Amino acid sequence: MAAVTDTLMPSGRLPRQHLDRDDMVKRGLMIVISLYLIISLAAPLYVMLSKSFSTYSFDLTAYEFQVSDAAGNFGQTATAATLNDRLSLLSPDKLATNADGRLAATSFFPEFSFRSPVKYRIRGTTPDTAYLIGSDLHRGTEWQELDSNTFRRVALRSSRSTGLDNYISYFSTPSLFRSVQNSLFIAVISTVFTVGIAFGFAYAISRSCMRFKGAFRMIAMAPILVPSLLPGIALIYLFGNQGMIRDVLFGTSIYGPLGIVIGSVFFTFPHALIIISTALAISDQRHYEAAASLRASKWRTFWTVTIPGARFGLISAAFVVFTLVITDFGLPKVIGGQYNVLAVDIYKQVIGQQNFEMGAVVSVILLIPALAAFVVDRLVQKKQVALLSARSVPYAPKPNRKFDFYCLMWCTLVAIFIVGILLVCQLAALVKFWPYDLTLSLKNFAFNHMDGGGWGSYKNSIQLAALTAVFGTIIVFTGAYMVEKTEGFWKGRAVFHFLAMLPMAVPGLVLGLAYIFFFNNPANPLHPIYGTMAILVVCTITHFYTVGHLTALTALKQIDGEFESVAASLKQPFYKLFAKVTVPVCLPAILDISIYLFVNAMTTVSAVVFIYSADTALASVAVLNMDDAGDIAPAAAMGMMIFYTNVLARLVHAFLSRAVLARTQAWRTRG
Amino acid sequence: MRHETLARSTATPTKVLPMAPSGNPTYLQISNLWKAFGDFHALKDVSLDINEGEFVCFLGPSGCGKTTLLRAVAGLDLQSRGMIRQGGKDISTLPPSKRDYGIVFQSYALFPNLTIARNIAFGLENTKRPKAEIEARVKELLALVGLPDQANKYPSQLSGGQQQRIALARAIAISPGLLLLDEPLSALDAKVRVHLRHEIKELQRKLGVTTIMVTHDQEEALSMADRIVVMNHGVIEQVGTPTEIYRHPRTLFVADFIGETNKLDARATDSNCVAFGKSELRCALHRFETDQSVIATIRPEDVIPHEAGSKSSDTGNLIDVVIGEMEFLGSFWRTRLRGEKLGDEVLIADFSINATRRLGLAEGGSLTVELPADRLLVFPRGGGHGSSH
Repeated sequence: MAAVTDTLMPSGRLPRQHLDRDDMVKRGLMIVISLYLIISLAAPLYVMLSKSFSTYSFDLTAYEFQVSDAAGNFGQTATAATLNDRLSLLSPDKLATNADGRLAATSFFPEFSFRSPVKYRIRGTTPDTAYLIGSDLHRGTEWQELDSNTFRRVALRSSRSTGLDNYISYFSTPSLFRSVQNSLFIAVISTVFTVGIAFGFAYAISRSCMRFKGAFRMIAMAPILVPSLLPGIALIYLFGNQGMIRDVLFGTSIYGPLGIVIGSVFFTFPHALIIISTALAISDQRHYEAAASLRASKWRTFWTVTIPGARFGLISAAFVVFTLVITDFGLPKVIGGQYNVLAVDIYKQVIGQQNFEMGAVVSVILLIPALAAFVVDRLVQKKQVALLSARSVPYAPKPNRKFDFYCLMWCTLVAIFIVGILLVCQLAALVKFWPYDLTLSLKNFAFNHMDGGGWGSYKNSIQLAALTAVFGTIIVFTGAYMVEKTEGFWKGRAVFHFLAMLPMAVPGLVLGLAYIFFFNNPANPLHPIYGTMAILVVCTITHFYTVGHLTALTALKQIDGEFESVAASLKQPFYKLFAKVTVPVCLPAILDISIYLFVNAMTTVSAVVFIYSADTALASVAVLNMDDAGDIAPAAAMGMMIFYTNVLARLVHAFLSRAVLARTQAWRTRG
Repeated sequence: MRHETLARSTATPTKVLPMAPSGNPTYLQISNLWKAFGDFHALKDVSLDINEGEFVCFLGPSGCGKTTLLRAVAGLDLQSRGMIRQGGKDISTLPPSKRDYGIVFQSYALFPNLTIARNIAFGLENTKRPKAEIEARVKELLALVGLPDQANKYPSQLSGGQQQRIALARAIAISPGLLLLDEPLSALDAKVRVHLRHEIKELQRKLGVTTIMVTHDQEEALSMADRIVVMNHGVIEQVGTPTEIYRHPRTLFVADFIGETNKLDARATDSNCVAFGKSELRCALHRFETDQSVIATIRPEDVIPHEAGSKSSDTGNLIDVVIGEMEFLGSFWRTRLRGEKLGDEVLIADFSINATRRLGLAEGGSLTVELPADRLLVFPRGGGHGSSH
């Protein structure tokens, strides 16, 4: 019976396990969701990238003309280039255009008259040479003979070439290049302030015995519930040209870097706080006891124990804040004044000048810091997990009157700042006509009398948020389940994981622009969804995919990995297990994902601003547009509507979570 | 404490088996199984037949391949080469759901949000059985595992041992042809473990279901299994009944891994003689050539004490020794013996309380011990197979 140890494994192919229906269904679903992510993310990004390398110009050597005399005898053949040189009509820089560029053929014939009996012939010198006759596209080297009246309607089309021209012209335009410097400057300053303030706040909450910790935590999260441009509006009310306390600034204008930085600190604060709090929460009491037993001073303990322990959190928070600021566009749009930043450049290039190629260039540049932040964050997350050990003893602060008082002061100041901004917006929304008529009224909520889509846009936002929450949660959780609980299929799962992580590295503005390129192309079979609610839902789900995916993965990893094996041995299909066990056990995480998607769908501006249509105007975009149109008070009012809705959604979420926990999670409490 | 049980199990040399599984037809046939993880081979050409109704334990140190073998049988980790047949049918590449087994994991893997009754009924639902029949079956299973009134509790409300029994009930609910137990008792504390050992064995006998249990605990294997499969480094070292494995280890690894044993550097002198220190003793028959270096083994409890200077043994094989340190281990004394005859070797012997008292054994005293020839086994150096049979 004993085996012989020195034999070698017989050569041959590895046996392949027969797949049962479950395996097929799981892989199928994974492929479907992968395809969704490819269509809604990878493909648009690819198209955008290729767009940024595309330049369009009129290639005059590719067209040949012949003109007849009144009797119909055609003369010599001449290329458009020859005619152009002879007449010195268009300088070379005038020949650059965009993808949709048209050049009237008559411009090469100064003597042209549509009533003349003269006839014209046109042909291309290459099979790809394209020109329009009326609205019909013609290609090729066949002569087309046209009378004057028809020739009037001939237009040359631009031809595409690939290269770095767009980038070169971007970096050689001083005003555009200055935006890069401005963006970096704003992002660095905002990061320093936000991380500093958030660290103090998190430190006070985790290391002191001050009172009102719960209230402070709640207030600190409030900025997540409003669009990022709302603090801009509040700052205008406080320090703007007719601001309540503009004199405090001694003549410094709030429009510009100052306003952007203050607003950025406001809206990035909760994001930094969450990360730093987590980092501080995992510190080990025993390190402090060791430091105390070595008679280290408090100051020394802070620098040798606290900061090193939280350093990964600080790095991660800094990168996240940096990315949020540099890719945010609502705030600088509202309060930036003449101070140009990258994100606004994209908006101006695309919406203002319809220069999509240049918009794509700025997008690609904006991808660089976002990708860097993403990579650093991933590396840091890996390290941080290693710091956690099961035997760590959580830090328990001891009361210290002086220290607790300072902590309370710090948190109070921050809370006043946050609540103050929201209160100012609330006030702005309710006052009749600042600063001349301060009586309270609801007239600013009469959105139907303003630009921006009126109450319809609010309804659209609710619809978008609800659809995003429902479908997003289903897609995200199902995808996470398939990738986590499938056996084998390693390559497929790796691809899926990569696709699921990618959205985090793509700023909303970039995604929105990529959607224009991809979906607003009549050749794309998905073109019909352009301009509908569907594309907004797809875009928003994709934009916020990663956080939901990670939340779902964390919840799924906590479930015993043998459940699937047990179910298979009991001949039960996986969807029975999924419905009866996996979903009920993960319900708290599922609710978290849905509220996250809902709140973000309500507040997001950056991605959807490029792809909303007249029928699908959104509340967050309405805030931007009303502000743009000078209706600042209604903009504030709409911003507050978003805030109320999100607060309500949060309350419903808290209530549901509790009810669900009580009803279906009875097993969590030991009897 | 470990030794105590071992001593007990050797005290009952013949196990009384109510059924004779060894005479039953082969149910599971594992042929030339290999499993490679990159360059590492977790299973190397493993072949094994398991009879219907048999309780087989895979025993070995961690990393020996026992769990890999179980998971290959379950279809959870496909083998790299080889074939598995169950009930005459080739199941080598079938997915888990198409195989016929129930499984219990070390973690129990009970569904935390379902009641005990619904956990057990999980495999019964979806089979077009009427509800009343399912309920009756659940009741019957709960009674079978001795937890008749826990139906409406949640798993977290039960103790570890109770949870393990529920996992067992869930696995046998669908009356599988094969029951797989993956270290089912290792997460429990010692007392519960001993109790459950007995219960699982009883249940298995009652149901007559062919069972494979993976364990690294030799006591568990010795007390529960009809046959034990000892594994090491991906190969099967020996297959046999607990007594065979204990009394007649085929390899030095088995002799050393199961129970305690003295390993003495020795030299073969004849086909039934071996020399070490300054002694030459008769031993179990072997096939080593004269003067070949070997390892001679004898279990501590097989060393028989006689009065000092005694010559009155039927078999001979007597050595005069001096008593070194004595360690009191409850039911016996573990004693280290040295002596001129032993050379540099130290012989460890376990002497009962009675013998110790009768012979007045004490540290520093003299003694003559007998090493029964049939208990003195000879193995080649550096592992491999002995030729003692």
